[in-house]
Amino acid sequence: MAEAAALRVAIVQMKPDKGQYRANLRTSGEAFAQLAADSPNLVVLPEAAMTGYFLEGAVYELAVTAQDFARDLAAAWREAGGRTADLVAGFFENDDGNYYNSAVYVHVEPRSERIVHVHRKMFLPTYGVFDEERFLSRGRHLGVFETAFGKMALLVCEDACHAISATLAAVKGARVLIVPSASPGRGIEAEGELASITQWRDTLRLAAIEHGVFVIYAGLTGFEGGKGMTGSSFIVDPRGSILVQAPATEACIIRADLDLGAIDRARATLPLLGDLAAVLPNLLLDPELPLPRGARDATDC
Amino acid sequence: MTLPIVEPSAALLEPPGLNAAVTADWLAAFLRDELVLRRKIPRAVIGLSGGVDSAVTAFLCARALGPQNVYAIRMPYRSSNRSSLTDAALVVEATGIRCETIDISAAVDGYLQSQPDADARRRGNVMARTRMVVLFDQSAKFDALPIGTGNKTERLLGYFTWHADDAPPVNPIGDLFKSQVWALARYLGVPKPLIEKAPSADLEADQTDEADLGISYARADAILACLLEGYSDAATIERGFKKEEVELVRRRVDSTHWKRHLPTTAMLSNTAINEFYLRPVDY
Repeated sequence: MAEAAALRVAIVQMKPDKGQYRANLRTSGEAFAQLAADSPNLVVLPEAAMTGYFLEGAVYELAVTAQDFARDLAAAWREAGGRTADLVAGFFENDDGNYYNSAVYVHVEPRSERIVHVHRKMFLPTYGVFDEERFLSRGRHLGVFETAFGKMALLVCEDACHAISATLAAVKGARVLIVPSASPGRGIEAEGELASITQWRDTLRLAAIEHGVFVIYAGLTGFEGGKGMTGSSFIVDPRGSILVQAPATEACIIRADLDLGAIDRARATLPLLGDLAAVLPNLLLDPELPLPRGARDATDC
Repeated sequence: MTLPIVEPSAALLEPPGLNAAVTADWLAAFLRDELVLRRKIPRAVIGLSGGVDSAVTAFLCARALGPQNVYAIRMPYRSSNRSSLTDAALVVEATGIRCETIDISAAVDGYLQSQPDADARRRGNVMARTRMVVLFDQSAKFDALPIGTGNKTERLLGYFTWHADDAPPVNPIGDLFKSQVWALARYLGVPKPLIEKAPSADLEADQTDEADLGISYARADAILACLLEGYSDAATIERGFKKEEVELVRRRVDSTHWKRHLPTTAMLSNTAINEFYLRPVDY
């Protein structure tokens, strides 16, 4: 199947009611209804889109299976009049009593849906205001998956703060990185916006430029117990230009048409990814790196 | 040829800065989300003291909720400074918020007449806690939420009455140092007399915060910022602060951690509330 040359993307920047899974699904459905008439190919929602982010022990009450979440998301899309499209959203996953902060990529048809990929957040922030690993298990795999629009990867929030995540995804072939996120804002001394918003944009612009990828960042918004999620969803092209960015504190929809040919053109003029792929094995096999060297070491990690 | 040498500027002794526009917008969004969306109580009551903290809080609430939804309560005691009332009136006039004045003298004296040996500290605490009783009752009367006005500096230094000034369930300025509150006040247009006067709890005659604390807010804020960033006392002193003032701030912070927590509860089970049974405040 030939890959599409363009990708029409919408981000639904959710401001969920804490813990109200069904009500938030209805809210997302209202946003989907706005999109249905001029349907995007891909709709992206933030991390923890249907529950809110800071759940503590309530995560065990609200986590669902990936299959149930995909079904609920697809049903909301279809009930809103949506036809064939791909949907991405973050959710808390219950897999046989193991709990993860996950994101799902679902391909939705008028009468069926198919999970294309589930990514379980690997880097669980557990410091300061964050306590994810107190309640959740880590994902252990960074998958790159095929879509009708080329290979993509999902990185949930802190996953994307580590430069190596975007690097490995790109080396494995990802051309679009999707980052569902929930980032509590801080830093009031900076110019124009909170420092943490600038930090996210800087981090992902650099990833886009270095690897020649599109990055789609979907930020949760709304205050949770005094901690304000910074929203500011954005899409950055392979040369690092911000195509569109949402405000920080309002629920909204942003959308853009991505010219996927821009990836090849960017890589032709700045072929850093090819350069990296050539040398990366040497870098990763460096015996000075603190990496496991055998099965026993890997188990110990 | 001598080449110029470029180095980072020397470490400053200034208190933390603030982008006032960004902060004001953020805090207004916080108040709207917290009161209107989450709690569905779109009205606020604020104890308006005539000081800069409650003035900034009133300006923020007026901006977030509309002035018609903000009730300022002035609560003088018979020995309170008259200028506290007139300064509070300036805020009411500038914002258009509603205002009531409730004299707490009878309530306070009704109790204290049975406690003739109560010293100034006890009397001050009774006044502060009486004001909180009034504020919560007024919140029930107006179907509104009490809004806290304690800043980060006084919270860190423990310079407040426990379960009084810190009692309201929502506080927009509790993560702002006093210096930042002043900067925000200037941006919001708080009347000058409130920004320029010496801060005072006004619980005793001629009382000022800085005399009580033994250090200026500017110095305390700069030291607190170092302390919270993880600098040791030695490293803070090395930046140019005096040993005595660093020790004073450290002592105050370290002796008041308990004031920044809920009461200590004996744990007896593996379902102890807030130890094992963990649910966020907005769940």
